[in-house]
Order: sequence, then C-alpha cells, then structure tokens
Amino acid sequence: MGLRLLKDAFWGAAPSRIQSAIIAAAIVVMAFIPGVADTYTPLFLSWIMTYCVLSISWSFFSGKAGYISLATASFYGIGMYLQAILGRQLPLWTTMILAAVMAFAVGLIIGVVTLRLRGIYFTIFTFGLSLFLNRFMNWYEGAFTRTKGRMVKPYDNDTVFYALLVVFAITLIAVIILNRSRFGLSLKCIGQNEDSAQHLGVRTTMTKVLAFAITAAPVGAVGAVMSTKIGYIDPNTAFGLNTSFFPVLMAIFGGMSSTYGPIIGAVVFYALQDYLLRVTNWHMIIFGAVMVVVIMLLPNGVFGVVDTILRKRRSAGGGAEASHQP
Amino acid sequence: MSDIVKIITGVGVTKRFGGMTAVNNVDFELRRGEILGLIGPNGAGKTTLFNCISAFYRADEGIITYNGNQINRMSPDKICRLGIARTFQAAKNFPDMSVRENVRMGALFGQVGITYDEADRLTDEIMEFAGLDKYAHLNVPDMPLALQKRLEVARALATKPGVLMIDEVMAGLNPTEVGEAMELVGKIRASGVAILMIEHVMKAIMAICDRIIVLHHGELIAEGAPDHVANDPQVIEVYLGEEA
Repeated sequence: MGLRLLKDAFWGAAPSRIQSAIIAAAIVVMAFIPGVADTYTPLFLSWIMTYCVLSISWSFFSGKAGYISLATASFYGIGMYLQAILGRQLPLWTTMILAAVMAFAVGLIIGVVTLRLRGIYFTIFTFGLSLFLNRFMNWYEGAFTRTKGRMVKPYDNDTVFYALLVVFAITLIAVIILNRSRFGLSLKCIGQNEDSAQHLGVRTTMTKVLAFAITAAPVGAVGAVMSTKIGYIDPNTAFGLNTSFFPVLMAIFGGMSSTYGPIIGAVVFYALQDYLLRVTNWHMIIFGAVMVVVIMLLPNGVFGVVDTILRKRRSAGGGAEASHQP
Repeated sequence: MSDIVKIITGVGVTKRFGGMTAVNNVDFELRRGEILGLIGPNGAGKTTLFNCISAFYRADEGIITYNGNQINRMSPDKICRLGIARTFQAAKNFPDMSVRENVRMGALFGQVGITYDEADRLTDEIMEFAGLDKYAHLNVPDMPLALQKRLEVARALATKPGVLMIDEVMAGLNPTEVGEAMELVGKIRASGVAILMIEHVMKAIMAICDRIIVLHHGELIAEGAPDHVANDPQVIEVYLGEEA
C-alpha cells in the first residue's frame, strides 16, 4: 500500500526509449573520458556538471513552481563545510550522502517556515538565508576557531569527476522521471496558478516543501565534492552569492520549458565564462553583455526556440494530437 | 422529509473582513440532485460564501458540513478530494498547458487513488462531455471567454465531484453561449452532481434552478422556488432599489 502510494506520487509515464537510450549512452561515454582525455578535461567537465546539477535542481523547483529561490548558495556551502569538517575521517561517498541529507534537512526546515510566503517574500528570505550563513560562519570562525576558512582533504581530478558524474546522472534521471509524475505535475500546476491547483486537489504546501528540500540534496552533494577540488574554503567561497545567482541565469539562458534547457544553459554559461577568462581581462563585462542580449532576444531561452518550433509544427500538422506530455 | 437528502449544510456561517461583515449568520442547505441558485446584488457576499465553503477563506463562525462531516476547518485541496469542486469567477486555467492537460490535472489530483490510466480515460470522457474535444488543440490563453469558462467547469468536473459550485459562468457570454452553458449545467445535474451556482443572468437562473437563495449585505433575505423568490417583496425592493 505504501509502495503503491509512493509509485503513484513519484512515478508517471516511463521516459521514451529514445530518450533513455540517449541519456544512458551520454553517461557511458562520459565515464570513459578520464581514460582518454588530458588531465584538464575532467576538471573542466566537473565544473560543467556542477553547474548542470545546480541549474537542473533550481529549475525543477523554482522554474516550475514559480518560487524564485536564492538559497542555492546555502545548500552548496553546507555541503562544502560538511566535507571540510568530516572529509579527513570519512570516505568521499559517505560525506556526499551526508551532505545531501543535511541539505535536504535544512531545506525541509526552511521550506516549512517560508513556503507559506508567496512571490518576492520567499525570494528575499532565501537570499537572506544565504547571506546569514555566510556572516554566521565568518563570526563563528572569528570567535571560536580563530581561523579564516578550512583546508579540505584533496582528491584527484578523476575521483572528483566520477563523483560528480554519479550526482549528475542521478539528478538528471530523477528530474526526468519526476517531471512526468504527479509530484512534478503538482509543481507545474502551482507555478501556473496556485489557487486553482489547490482547489483541484493538489497538496500545494506539502509539494512545495518537499520539492524545495529534494532539490537541495544534490546541491549539497556537489558542494561537498567541489570543496575537495578547491582545497581551501572560507565562508565566502562556500556561501558565495554567485552560487545562488548563477543557476537562475543559467536556467533562464537555457530555457526552463524542458529538462535540457538548464543543461544547455549551464554548458554554454560555463564554457563561455571559462573561455573569456582565459583570453581577456574584460571577461565579466563581455559576459554580462552576452547574457543581456541573449535574454532580450530569446526570452524563453535557447531551448525555448526549439520548443516554439516544435509546437508550431505540431499545431500545423493536425492539432488533435496536442501534447500529452508535460 | 426523509426523501430530501442534504449534501451541504451551513449553520450560522459568518465571515468578516476587518470591521465589515461580508457574510452574516447565513443558514443554507444544498440537497441531493438539485441546482441551487445563489443571487444578490453586487457585494452581497455571494462569492465570499462560496469561498467559505471551498475553504479559500476560513469562516469566522458557523459550521459547514458535507455529507454530515464538518468541513470548515479543512484545506481547499482536501475539500476538493472529498468531492466539492468549484470554479472561479475569473477563469483560472493553467495557461501553459493544453486544453486536455488542464482537464487531466483535475482528473489526476481530484481523487485519491486514481491511476494515471484511469485519469487519462476520465479526461477523454470529460473532454467529450463538456464539448471540449474539438478544441483540444487551442492555446488556452487565446480561447474565447465562453470556452475559457467551459474549461474551468470541465477541470472541476474532472475531479469527480459530488457537488459542483460554479461562480458566474454565464457572465459576459452572448445569448447563444448562455444557452450552451445552461445546457451543460443541466447535463451535469442529470449526471447526478448537485450544483450550487452564483449567477447574474436572471433568465438562466430562473429557468434552471430548483431553488434560489438571496443574499443582501451578507444576510439571507429570501429562499425558495424561483417564482416564489421572484415575487418576494424584499427581493424586488433590493433589486429595484439597486436600479433606482
């Protein structure tokens, strides 16, 4: 009975075979990259996967439900500090799980407290949370540990790469499955019209809180992994506000109408940033200009263009077969 | 009186906003299989009473029951799953979903334990029942008002309610569309769903309601069969007074 309920809530239609095959193939191909590529490539891809996890998680909750969260940095930083504190005693996979659980738990508490707030109030609260954790750790370190930041036990590039590949794969597959489930559809209804959703029987508060907490978990896990690559973290690295803003930009840039939009956004975003950083000192200015132009020209993101074309073709070719899929 | 089965009852329902009492000590009942009209001048408290039943607002005083169980401490989603569905005066459809997907959401969430397959079947059934199957391809925000309102009703129907509350589905429609809407309401009643409707189109309400209750300044001033209510001096005064 309990299983049936779980299945009913979190499992909808199975992903199409083509989609499953492409994703499986992509993950397998990626698994071979460290064996054949130079030593820099796994690190480059690790950052891309980190950004992908952040933007996929963010857009699953905020993009769908319309509650703009700026708490990403909080969960990322929690993962980083957890790794810094426990990373010397415990193996990486254990701390990753702990970081995910910790981020989930904090997400649950924050969700219960804040998700009765609507719109901008929720955004401001989550922004405040990230700022608060940053300041709190600064104060705590100054007052008690008398240090600034902590060393993190390092891991080699390949270990980091594989750890992130696992988180990335789980996040992507989970989101694809959840998108078609009652859970994902509840979030979509909430984003479209929350009153209407609730009066159709959607358990709005529970859905929002749970989704917020679930999407915090992978963010905590990637925070734990990336802290080992950075090697030394302090409150500003861990709870840096850019970590909260980047997923928003990446998701908008890529488009939120599909699971792949945030991925495209993250890849382009990081690759562009990385390239500009190497060729010019003006990278932030150029980067900002590119973002502004893209968002002005493509309000639905890069993937939104693809989506619009598909939709037009669909309605042109016999409208009765309108989308059955979310 | 045992043949009259009360589905929804309200006793002493009161809702205040600050110093203003929008609904004041109203008693009412909705009986099985009937269409109950709720009328009154603008600001009489009709929609507020609706909102108290569907828990969009919480009534400050009074008891509302559904099939004998008190419901006015429950959340709107629970009330919906229990079997009371409603529409909103300004249609609140999901703009980025197809017409069919809109209806499917009602089917998926309105009942406990329905499978995805059953929900799909129910969706097709409701699409046909509400005459929306031929409009399935339309973009929801571009639909004409009559269809928007029809979709609003269809979404509520897909939750398989025992009671349907409809808030001014005929307002703003042309006479042909009003006729179609009346036909749909009649069909819904014939399918065994009791209906509570707010409406300003008098021709429609007089023709299809079994009973009518009249609110004025938040208070119940008349109740009974349509012709009885239409000849009630107080009701006439309220309506004429508003005109004059």
